[in-house]
Amino acid sequence: MSKCSYTLPIGPVHPALKEPTMFKFVMDGEIVKEVDVQPGVNHRGIEFIGMRRNPLQVLHLAERICGICSIVHQYAFTMASEKAAGINDIPERAQYIRTIMAELERIHSHVLWAGVAAHELGFDTLLHWTWKLREDVQDVLEYISGNRVNYAMYYQGGVRRDISPEKIPRIKEMISAYRREFQKLADAFLEDPLFKHRTVNVGVLTKKDALETSAVGPTTRGSGVPKDVRVDQPYGGYADLDLKPCLPEQMGYPNTGDTYAKTVVRILEVGQSLDIIEFCLDNMPPGPIRWEMNVNKVLMHMKKAGGEAIGMTEAPRGEMIHYVRLDPGDENVSAWKVRASTYNNIIAWQKMLVGAQIADVAIVAASIDPCIGCMDRVTVVDGETGKEGVMTKEDFYRLSVRKTRRLRRMKGKPSGGGW
Amino acid sequence: MMDINDLYVRMLLGVLAMLAAVVVGLAYKGIDRKIAAHMQSRIGPPLRQPFRDISKLMQKETITPDGAVDWIFHGMPVIGLVAALLLVLYIPWGPLSPPLKAHGDLILVLYLLIIPSLAMALGGFSSGSPVAAIGAQREMVMMMSYEFPLAIVILSLAWFYTRVLPGSAPFAFTTMEAAPIWGLVGPIGFIGAVLLLLSLVVVTPSELSKIPFDAPEAETELGGGLMAEYSGRDLAMFYIADAVKGLVMAAIIVGLFFPHPLSPIVEKYYALPLIMDQPVVAWIIDGLFFLFKVFLVLFATVTTVRVAFPRLKIDKISYIYLVPVSLMALAGTLLLYLDTLGGV
Repeated sequence: MSKCSYTLPIGPVHPALKEPTMFKFVMDGEIVKEVDVQPGVNHRGIEFIGMRRNPLQVLHLAERICGICSIVHQYAFTMASEKAAGINDIPERAQYIRTIMAELERIHSHVLWAGVAAHELGFDTLLHWTWKLREDVQDVLEYISGNRVNYAMYYQGGVRRDISPEKIPRIKEMISAYRREFQKLADAFLEDPLFKHRTVNVGVLTKKDALETSAVGPTTRGSGVPKDVRVDQPYGGYADLDLKPCLPEQMGYPNTGDTYAKTVVRILEVGQSLDIIEFCLDNMPPGPIRWEMNVNKVLMHMKKAGGEAIGMTEAPRGEMIHYVRLDPGDENVSAWKVRASTYNNIIAWQKMLVGAQIADVAIVAASIDPCIGCMDRVTVVDGETGKEGVMTKEDFYRLSVRKTRRLRRMKGKPSGGGW
Repeated sequence: MMDINDLYVRMLLGVLAMLAAVVVGLAYKGIDRKIAAHMQSRIGPPLRQPFRDISKLMQKETITPDGAVDWIFHGMPVIGLVAALLLVLYIPWGPLSPPLKAHGDLILVLYLLIIPSLAMALGGFSSGSPVAAIGAQREMVMMMSYEFPLAIVILSLAWFYTRVLPGSAPFAFTTMEAAPIWGLVGPIGFIGAVLLLLSLVVVTPSELSKIPFDAPEAETELGGGLMAEYSGRDLAMFYIADAVKGLVMAAIIVGLFFPHPLSPIVEKYYALPLIMDQPVVAWIIDGLFFLFKVFLVLFATVTTVRVAFPRLKIDKISYIYLVPVSLMALAGTLLLYLDTLGGV
């Protein structure tokens, strides 16, 4: 640390951050020397609440983890609880409807991100234009599900609402409208000389760093790592599709991993999502949309069933994992753990922010599309003093040893829904 | 020679001019926000929003942050506002000549223009916040960059007037008003004058810290930058100073390059000599025309520019002013020089 360096805190509340989190930068003039990310100010204890409710209730809770990628949380939780309860024959039509919803949400999330990125650069005109563009897909989401943000579409064994044939023309209309606007969107971002000036070679995440930090989603695809859950471990309707991970090179731009490359990936994915929705609409098989029409029967089935499973989805921000454990005879979800994509990606911040100018911090932080609401799952607080702390590797080791001993003691007894 | 009555009249005029400048400056801010909103397909705030903002800020608590140098922190808003209001007294307002025209000229205006920015920077440094300190550093860097082309423009114009109209006061707005530059130049000089005007147009948004040159405030990077710690009355004073400075910058461009009145044209083409014999009517026409010209200048240099560009980084801003804009201004000077050679 040189003599003239100083500390610059950004957060917990700051105009550059759409959600509360905390950065501490050690600065040398305008250049960032060291970064310390201190999350934990947006913890709401959703998993704790969820472990006192039955899987059908948790569906709605899962959706409320995030306000933007709400449906992927529901998707991952649905898949995890289905696997845990052994519900395997989900109708194909339901799978396709799930895929359509997830992709509609990806479009809205990426277009929203583009607006946020423009705002971080002080380009509010582009922000308002992209958000106007986003209204189209929001309208369609509302048309299908009745809601603009939390769609309440999925549940164990199927979906709640059908996409009937008379609804399809309206969705197709939206797709063709986006195809018309797509080139404009790409030009507005990728051809603008000032946008290039602010993003090319800014916030570079090399392929090596991307692999080392296990970044996910567009963050890692911008660096040229072809990682996409929809391709690697297809779920729902994606299995019928011939998908390839979107990499910047598909648009003739090298996989440099800078902010511009991540923008290219997101814009490509908007186009890809349009293709996926169109394919699903055209090839949607007829049939029921639920495995069991009676909700009480589904609930009873899950109460009797036991098991643990992981549900993985590709959120707009990357791979998202829900872990669910159900115990036989216990109505509630015994264990629920959410690992959102941003949790992986914030580690990449450390690599991307060092050496950046202070002016780049906002756009580099935004380039991973951080979703702090999804990510903040833990805050370590001393119950007596109210002091917040940080867990080290040794602490975790000690705690896991203690837990293993406790589990050994409890062996044979029903676990009774607690950790 | 100034007798005591004259002094009173001037003082009264000066106070009125300052009050009018505050009201008109805030009104232009409202218009700017409304038009920018419509350009971004928003509805935007009502035109009286800046006045509401001021009255709200005046009622709010004025906070002194821990670690701030108290007297500098609270003194700088006053100095910034006073400097901005003093500028009003030295600038022609259409048909109204400057209340203190005999006591100051363009050189004084140049110096006074620096003071509000300097006050903001000092206030930022004294607030003890690292964010404000970064903003203040940027403001200083930006000032050092844009003052250079600004000085070139003003000096070239003055020099040109001494060459073309020997014996005139080169640094007085009255000289430009009596003989606008466009009538004095040949074709080469015309291009030179256009280049000087363009340089001044590029300097305006950064003089006012507007996007793309708002790096010192940079909402999404520094959260207000050098203004971050200011609140209540202090912030209101900087807000008013900013509004007045915007009006003043536009009035300087109008005064230097477009001092033409409208009333002679109305008189000539619409044959209204009877009405025009009344000086009040001519004053009203010229006054409104002046306000319209100021609006056009602000629209072209502030509103459209801040809608059309993202924020630039400070190193890029510095480069833009020190290299391309300075070169443009110097090229304008050279062309004016060539023009005078041809004229002689």
